[in-house]
Amino acid sequence: MYKGQSGMWSWLLHRIAGLGILLFLLIHIVDISLLGFGPKVYNEGIALFGLTIVRVISLGLIAGVLYHSFNGVRIILIDFWPKGARYQGVMFAVVMILTIVCFLPMAYFVIAPAFGINPGNMAAGM
Amino acid sequence: MRVATGYGSRPTSGGFETFSWYFFRISGIVLIFLVILHLLLNHVSTDVSCTSYQLVSIRYENPFWRLYDWLLLTLALLHGMNGLRIVVDDYVRTRGWRLTLQSAVGILTLVFFLLGTITLITFHPVVGSLGPNCIK
Repeated sequence: MYKGQSGMWSWLLHRIAGLGILLFLLIHIVDISLLGFGPKVYNEGIALFGLTIVRVISLGLIAGVLYHSFNGVRIILIDFWPKGARYQGVMFAVVMILTIVCFLPMAYFVIAPAFGINPGNMAAGM
Repeated sequence: MRVATGYGSRPTSGGFETFSWYFFRISGIVLIFLVILHLLLNHVSTDVSCTSYQLVSIRYENPFWRLYDWLLLTLALLHGMNGLRIVVDDYVRTRGWRLTLQSAVGILTLVFFLLGTITLITFHPVVGSLGPNCIK
């Protein structure tokens, strides 16, 4: 009844995305702690995020964050909205569409520099 | 035995698992806004290669961003580590391993919370050598 249907896949994806985001968070806390070692050390650490392979991993992170966010709202609606459980399948489809629609423009900005394109976000800071 | 899943119908029994259930949902809603703005600021409006020491120094002159990042750190870490606790609960069936791993989750949470908090509080830019704007 549950296995193999949207309920199972949404649950599994939510868990995998959550664990992936947590792993990134722990790495991120360490790379930010390099601030305490001055500009040279910190910038060397951050430079890794500009590598193409890390940009590709960042795409996974962004997709994971978007999915986990939207599916989190779906879970809350199932819990608190009386009709939530009835529409969980429809809401899963909405979650997937929202994830893809939000992911694509963000992905462009993240990956464009790997192809030598400046999407206009590499100028002076702030 | 009541197994913590973080899912399922609203718990009413009280106690830690009920608190955990509500914490996931409340911190989750707050995190959606905090994390998505954080991603837009550091991966979209500014490329990640430009989130340099210089940019952080400018940003952290304003205590608002330190507070913002500390809130992000605290909520994301507690939300994520609580999730990991439930994953351990779900898959580790041996008593000894369960206790060991749950303790590790607790210790890791504290260590990373302190590392992040200390970084945010003690950061003082090295004036005169902020480094480049963007890192190539």
